[in-house]
Amino acid sequence: MSSEYHTAETLDVKGLSCPMPIVKTKQTVDGLEIGDVLEVVATDSGSTSDIQGWAEGTDGVELLEQIEDGQRYVHYVEKTA
Amino acid sequence: MSTDNRATTTDDGTADAAPEFAPAELQALRERVDELEASLIDGTDDGGKKMTIVATQGSFDMAYPPLILASTAAAFGWDVVVFHTFWGLDILHEEKSKGLKLSAVGNPNMPVPNALAAMPGMDRMATRMMERKIDENGTATIEELIDLSLEQGVDLQACQMTIELMDYDEDDFYDGVTTGVGAATALQHMAESDVQLLV
Repeated sequence: MSSEYHTAETLDVKGLSCPMPIVKTKQTVDGLEIGDVLEVVATDSGSTSDIQGWAEGTDGVELLEQIEDGQRYVHYVEKTA
Repeated sequence: MSTDNRATTTDDGTADAAPEFAPAELQALRERVDELEASLIDGTDDGGKKMTIVATQGSFDMAYPPLILASTAAAFGWDVVVFHTFWGLDILHEEKSKGLKLSAVGNPNMPVPNALAAMPGMDRMATRMMERKIDENGTATIEELIDLSLEQGVDLQACQMTIELMDYDEDDFYDGVTTGVGAATALQHMAESDVQLLV
């Protein structure tokens, strides 16, 4: 996946459906350093709205960008605190 | 005359405000304000949200909503309690949770009429079909969701009264499940929660 972010880690949740993309994103973010960007690659079409809701409702994370690439939904999340 | 006197007494600067509160009364008020401020800090904790779900159903399909909501809320950093009672207890029962069934009878979403759905083996067949769909869809299993919830600090509680009613043993439940709790504990959590759900 090409992107302008320096991603510290990529999380592959292809083939998984709700709530796994969110739960795994949260668990992966927990292990990152502040300032790190996580790339989440999903196939669940609900993940776009779910990641938005999660990022808005959760302290210390910021959703930078979401890209829809055919059957793949790629989300960039920064750990801010 | 008397009204004039009243107006002039304020000129010395003390008559108006001072006599309304005795020093002891003021002190008591100050202490009360401190107390309330402290309780406000206690009450809000870290500002995180709380959710309590009461899970009463133990069929295969009804096990999912509380577990999905609980694990997702935990991902939001919420403090989550799921209080399992009556058939909901089977979700936490290590052996029974692996054999939860979908009921074919009385389920208008089933592609077969009730008369057929009541035949022996239909529940098992309906459950198998659903399990296969869940696997194909990449949906987590009940066991996976329980593990995930516990891992993330969700408090999965098994109602003590129902444990005894169903002749279950505390050791029958997954490690990490809270036992020895009742309706009062559940109510206490509900009263403190931002979200309360009955499933």
